[in-house]
Amino acid sequence: MDALADPLQATLLRFLTCGSVDDGKSTLIGRILFDTKRIFEDQLAAVAQASRRFGTAGDEIDLALALDGLEAERQQGITIDVAYRFFATARRRFIVADTPGHVQYTRNMATGASTADLAVILIDARHGILSQTRRHSFIASLLGIRHIVLAVNKMDLVGFSAERFREIAEAYKEFAATRFAFDDITAIPLAARHGDNVTAPSARLPWYQGPTLLDHLETVDVTPPAAAAPFRMPVQWVNRPDSSFRGFAGTVVAGRTEPGDTVAILPSGQTTRIARIVSMDGDRPEAKAGDAVTLLFTDERDASRGDVIAAAAARPEVADQFAADLVWFDDADLFPGRPYLLKIGTRTVSAQITEIKHRVDMESLDQLAAKSLSANDVAVVNLSLAEPIPFESYAENRKMGGFIIIDRVTNATAGAGMIRFALRRAANVHWQAITVDRATRAAQKGQQPAVLWLTGLSGSGKSTIANLVEQKLLARGAHTYLLDGDNIRHGLNRDLGFTEVDRVENIRRVAEVARLFMDAGLIVVVSFISPYRAERQLARERAGEGGFIEIFVDTPIEDCRRRDPKGLYAKADAGTLVNFTGVDAPYEAPETPELHIRTVETTPEAAADTVIAELRRRGMIGG
Amino acid sequence: MTDLSLEPHGDTAAHLRQLEDESIHIMREVMAELRNPVMLYSIGKDSSVMLHLARKAFFPAPIPFPLLHVDTGWKFREMIAFRDRMAREFGLRLVVHQNAEGRARGINPFDHDAGTYTHIMKTVALKQALDAGGYDAAFGGARRDEEVSRAKERIFSVRSADHGWDPKNQRPELWNLFNCRVARGQSIRVFPLSNWTELDIWQYIELHGVAIPDLYFAADRPVVERDGTLIVADDDRLPLRPGEKPEMRRVRFRTLGCYPLTGAIESDATTLAGIVAEMIATRRSERSGRLIDKDQAASMEQKKREGYF
Repeated sequence: MDALADPLQATLLRFLTCGSVDDGKSTLIGRILFDTKRIFEDQLAAVAQASRRFGTAGDEIDLALALDGLEAERQQGITIDVAYRFFATARRRFIVADTPGHVQYTRNMATGASTADLAVILIDARHGILSQTRRHSFIASLLGIRHIVLAVNKMDLVGFSAERFREIAEAYKEFAATRFAFDDITAIPLAARHGDNVTAPSARLPWYQGPTLLDHLETVDVTPPAAAAPFRMPVQWVNRPDSSFRGFAGTVVAGRTEPGDTVAILPSGQTTRIARIVSMDGDRPEAKAGDAVTLLFTDERDASRGDVIAAAAARPEVADQFAADLVWFDDADLFPGRPYLLKIGTRTVSAQITEIKHRVDMESLDQLAAKSLSANDVAVVNLSLAEPIPFESYAENRKMGGFIIIDRVTNATAGAGMIRFALRRAANVHWQAITVDRATRAAQKGQQPAVLWLTGLSGSGKSTIANLVEQKLLARGAHTYLLDGDNIRHGLNRDLGFTEVDRVENIRRVAEVARLFMDAGLIVVVSFISPYRAERQLARERAGEGGFIEIFVDTPIEDCRRRDPKGLYAKADAGTLVNFTGVDAPYEAPETPELHIRTVETTPEAAADTVIAELRRRGMIGG
Repeated sequence: MTDLSLEPHGDTAAHLRQLEDESIHIMREVMAELRNPVMLYSIGKDSSVMLHLARKAFFPAPIPFPLLHVDTGWKFREMIAFRDRMAREFGLRLVVHQNAEGRARGINPFDHDAGTYTHIMKTVALKQALDAGGYDAAFGGARRDEEVSRAKERIFSVRSADHGWDPKNQRPELWNLFNCRVARGQSIRVFPLSNWTELDIWQYIELHGVAIPDLYFAADRPVVERDGTLIVADDDRLPLRPGEKPEMRRVRFRTLGCYPLTGAIESDATTLAGIVAEMIATRRSERSGRLIDKDQAASMEQKKREGYF
């Protein structure tokens, strides 16, 4: 596509730079900003002052310091966080994501790469290709960057040797060709500190006939495929100022549309036509990729936030199970089975990683087996979502296939992923249509089904209270079932141990079984340590709000240890039992349980009566 | 070979449309996911653009959140008049807050150093206003090109219950997927103009005829020069030092704030085209006229940690 057909493409290039502390990355960006006159006199004065305090360039001005915004960065002489810089030339405007090379490199680089079309990979001419060069290339490729500049820096320190430059460029191209599908790789020799070949050709590199770095950045064609793809727009916000106007606001992520076009609303699949494209400056004749617009339909159709409006003749797939690449950010490890939130487009759904296919070793890029993921790990995983979503593979469209994972308890952005493809069984496993449902079964038993979830430390008295509660319910004619470690751990969950991964899976299964029994119309009493908030939250969601009563059996650990009914604390303290909750594994106490029973202030009998009273208060049982 | 003349010749209208689309997307995302957003309105050029974008984002509906102005009591009189005119013209829900306690204590920019004054009358006042409104999101007009620590701030920046910013614990932001979730008590500061430059702002104002206060245009104004900074005597509260006498000079402002703390620049730019031309030729940064940034090294980072916008 030429510049006239897509002026946006012609005017803005977003790129990122990657390299380690010593490759001269900050110096290179500082040099570009200086040469394009983006560093003002007063800022330069501040940099000169900082150079004397922190600089590494002797009496010269250390341009890298113009980029270090945080106090700690200046003191330590390192870049900590992703920074975005702006500059412009006569031909283009640029946004540079400057990503640090060491601490949290995977997280920061993935972040910077997610919005970039091109990566400048820095190499120190003295050292050539290092493992980090491979790592940076891998992340760039993973995040969908297709244009690479190999900036061979510090040419002054290898005597401006043409032979050294060619050796590095060829080795890199050979490595990249075997692993990645980059559209182009352009190698450029530089000495950023002295400005050679950054914005002006260098007399010291007479053998080099190619463009300067800035020349190349100004002219490289990075037209994304989304512009020519079928129309897609996730609904962001429904605009209803009064009953006569119902507009669907959102940003077009692919293709174009105009009034009269037939579109489908997904996942429902209803179709309609575009009536108007409304804006404050008057109706628009068309909407295309990148535009933030408000669409009106010709018929009354229901669409809500998270739905995707798409060309009716070329719809995206809808599925709830995927294979995806995943980059993990959070300090808390990822475990399969743990419930997270997944945000894709404008839709947020409950999701879990069902399987880690393999983890990628960031040094060797080899595939390794893994049971959990730690911060800065990259893996291929299978995911299962609570509901089907419209999507496209990340390779087809970043906005339709890129997602973030959010921790349900801390709200942290815990990871980011790129959909590869839907797992086919998702299309084939349909919910069995059931005519006898939960309400029918419950009505037959004359009760309201519920899950009474008792959580607390080992030895807190959960099982004692749970047994009494079940006896009391039975005495009142209620239909019940008790799930506890004895009947679950010895059978269904016999294959699970006590590591964090297994504990998560243990509770996930219990939550699912509790839900099935609830569907059967029973009042289910669950007595499990269940140390993690996230899994208890999952259990709550599986049961449905209103049917889930979380009961915190709160006994101070000293009392549990003193009681020690099974002698477990003695073993844990002696070190013969590991991963024991409260000793060397964490317990996350409920923040807002429906019932909080402090056992030191009561008896098991009275505690059980409190539970019964609460069920009556909620109208869940009679009398 | 690269042409390093400063005026960008690319398609400016297309570039500004792209920035506009991104900002509108951000505003709609906040409206869709947060309970009670508010827009900080400081009456300056960035706020003026932000207001214009908000009108566009939700058109034909009115702006679905209130605008909050933290009034130190030392703003240019013209700014206050302009603010009230905008509120009338666009039917805005305008909330004005002043730190009554600070005012009662007589905190002012002459008897107190700029740091103390800013902290009490701006940072503390802002926290009071946000707490009083129970807002869980607040839009601000800050841009990443303004200042080095801004370049490292996210578009969605989570603040603790006491409004503090932790630069080392920011959420990664990928694509245009923003994590809008906050715990009770926390709030999010949202910067929809993050990727705009000062020049973009001016070109957008020019292209769309966005209303801005006249203080941005050159005019003859009563000026005293203090330590190289040109202070406009906006009212008779400016205590004159011995020998000081305001003289009429042709000046304008590059940024607006409290008049005793905002330096004017000598200029003949009386039109938007004149301002844009001056902008392209300038060799000094925008914040060089702001006295509050000069207090200490990394002063913006420090102020933001304490809850400054």
